[in-house]
Amino acid sequence: MKDPTMCKEGHNLKKQKAPRQRMPEQDHHQRIKNFSEVPQGYTPELARLEASRCLQCKKPLCRAGCPVGIDIPAFIKLIAEGDYAGSARKLKEYNSLPAVCGRVCPQEDQCEKVCIVAKKFTSVAVGNLERFAADYERTNGAISIPELPEPSGYKVAVVGSGPAGLSAAGELVKKGHEVVIFEALHKAGGVLVYGIPEFRLPKAIVESEIEYLKKLGVKIELNSVIGKMETVDELLGNGFDAVFVATGAGLPLFMGIPGENLCGVYSANEYLTRVNLMKAYDNGHVTPILKKKRIAVIGGGNVAMDAARTALRMGTEEVYIVYRRSRTEMPARIEEVKHGEEEGLQFHLLTNPVRILGDEKGWVKALECTKMELGEPDASGRRRPVPVPNSEFLLDVDCVIIAIGTSAHPLIPMTTPGVKVNPKGNIIADEKNGQTTQEGVFAGGDIVTGAATVILAMGAGKQAAQAIDEYVRKKRPARTPAGSRRL
Amino acid sequence: MFKIVAKEKLSDVIYRTVVEAPKIARKRKAGQFVVVKIDEQGERIPLTISDADPEAGTISIVFQTVGYTTKQLSTLKVGDHILDIAGPMGHPTPVKNYGTVVSIGGGLGTALGRPITEALYKAGNHVIAIISARNKSLVMFEEEMRKISHELLIATDDGSAGFKGFPTQLLQKLIDEGRKIDLVVCVGPVPLMAAVSKVTKPYSIKTIVSLNPIMVDATGMCGACRVTVGGVTRFGCVDGPEFDGHQVDYDELMKRLKTYTEREQEMNQRFAPHEAGFQEVKR
Repeated sequence: MKDPTMCKEGHNLKKQKAPRQRMPEQDHHQRIKNFSEVPQGYTPELARLEASRCLQCKKPLCRAGCPVGIDIPAFIKLIAEGDYAGSARKLKEYNSLPAVCGRVCPQEDQCEKVCIVAKKFTSVAVGNLERFAADYERTNGAISIPELPEPSGYKVAVVGSGPAGLSAAGELVKKGHEVVIFEALHKAGGVLVYGIPEFRLPKAIVESEIEYLKKLGVKIELNSVIGKMETVDELLGNGFDAVFVATGAGLPLFMGIPGENLCGVYSANEYLTRVNLMKAYDNGHVTPILKKKRIAVIGGGNVAMDAARTALRMGTEEVYIVYRRSRTEMPARIEEVKHGEEEGLQFHLLTNPVRILGDEKGWVKALECTKMELGEPDASGRRRPVPVPNSEFLLDVDCVIIAIGTSAHPLIPMTTPGVKVNPKGNIIADEKNGQTTQEGVFAGGDIVTGAATVILAMGAGKQAAQAIDEYVRKKRPARTPAGSRRL
Repeated sequence: MFKIVAKEKLSDVIYRTVVEAPKIARKRKAGQFVVVKIDEQGERIPLTISDADPEAGTISIVFQTVGYTTKQLSTLKVGDHILDIAGPMGHPTPVKNYGTVVSIGGGLGTALGRPITEALYKAGNHVIAIISARNKSLVMFEEEMRKISHELLIATDDGSAGFKGFPTQLLQKLIDEGRKIDLVVCVGPVPLMAAVSKVTKPYSIKTIVSLNPIMVDATGMCGACRVTVGGVTRFGCVDGPEFDGHQVDYDELMKRLKTYTEREQEMNQRFAPHEAGFQEVKR
């Protein structure tokens, strides 16, 4: 007999120890006036209470739902037992950036989606707990530097310091290799520093992760545009045994509609870069940003939400999200949409922009849109939006931010003849180990997959590091670099 | 950190600064630029590399004090450091022997176009250089240009040196005289590049212009530098900075360059107290 209140593993789903614990959040009236983080994190009490909701499944589905296979029950158990630093160490066995992933991973589509508890109640708050453990470790000075092996004598270059590059560098240095990250911008962190806003991912956290890598011995060369200053082939010829390309999907896409080059039209990348990386919100910084009254943000993903919520914090009176499908198709995380809505974003769904109108001086004065309705499902499985005849209308805006996606950064493929790309411009690399079409060159993250998530990029970095380690050791016998100390 | 090793004031508003940047010095080619961010609070601005010494590991930048950052840069002394310089950015000029090349520079543009003219000169082209200014005292880089051209023509608004009139009139004259021109290169203010392109277009003379749109990262990531070329949106930073002069939408470029005029005025007021800090080093 099958008891409907018992799950396959025999857990009783009838009773719930406690409801899912909400993270305290900054009030929305307050938070739209600042760039501080919205969710404030669990207290140890809340974290232990939440951790106690985990059923400690023997065959945990959550773990299978995690792109990097974190031993989720194990790290949660350690929190429940009060060993927060131990929990953070457990996380770091799988994920080198838990404080980041605890904040920006789409857990509701991964680990939490398949949580057994969710069959009856709401899932265990895996992401919140991950964030708690990582934050505890960082803020309590509990970060420990692992014992490093003797220098291997191999040297690896990592191009790009975003999630894929950082995780690969961390893994490689822990294997004893000399690792140099080349970053084109003046600050390390990639999309974590130029793209994701402070209120969703405080930059201090990214900085602390980067400091940790530096303590492990990773060297970071800023202002180093590989492909221009030095090519990948030159790196290989100048003493690097392998190169990991993690240059991301940073090229902003535009819609190709009339008026896109008017003054007051931004790509989301530009708007966010000005605010996040260049700190245009602070008058002490020189980088300018337009402060407009009514902004339309085109797109329905996380980047659109980030840009729109940033615009609110920049003092914009009206911020509209213009998205051509309906709410259910929006790729943004539910939490981001909810936060945006609380903060006053206005949604124009099933609305397709067709033209940006400008004044005689070349400034945006309105956005012309068409109403849409959902038709048959398209290749992505989502119902295709089709225009409603004669439904054109004007949205009165003085600034437009385009957040319809990004594509692969072309600089490395353009300057590395041995590295082949697919028709979309993404580098062709082995899914398992990141091997590209050129020996000694590996790639991972958004440059291979197209714009995806931080955790996937991180996972790719980790896998490639393993493959690079095997590659360099096979390539030539190890030699201990001159001057290195044998212990 | 990039150390300033030499500095020269070339006019009231134009400076030359030489900076230690060995990797860029080795790699840069004519037509390329760097992105400069002076300090922690600074903005990223593109500046043309006007010369480089690969052996000394230095690059030189000639710039005009127009906005906050160029003014701040003009106050930095020999021995001071610039926090961030990245490059070389953009495509180099396609240098080859075209035949006869007319190189037109206006004001600062003469210095910015100098490396391009030099490369074309060295590639065996017959180089006719046209430089222009309002009057004789403002004519700059004459000697430098003379060394890398076969003919040097000067145009001044008042006729106090060379031809009285615009450089485009000189160009038109060359065409009218039946001179065979294979390439025109123009670096300078947008109206000059637009005017030169207008002159050469009816004759289908290949014309290269070097554009100076607003940039942030200059690596192709933000799209601030969008320009319409032949009806298509291109990125000045990674697709340029040089484009076919006959295809560029100069009107749009002019408008986009004014995006932050208000903010610039505000910053100019803020900068005033520092201006006393100018220090010059004479060569």
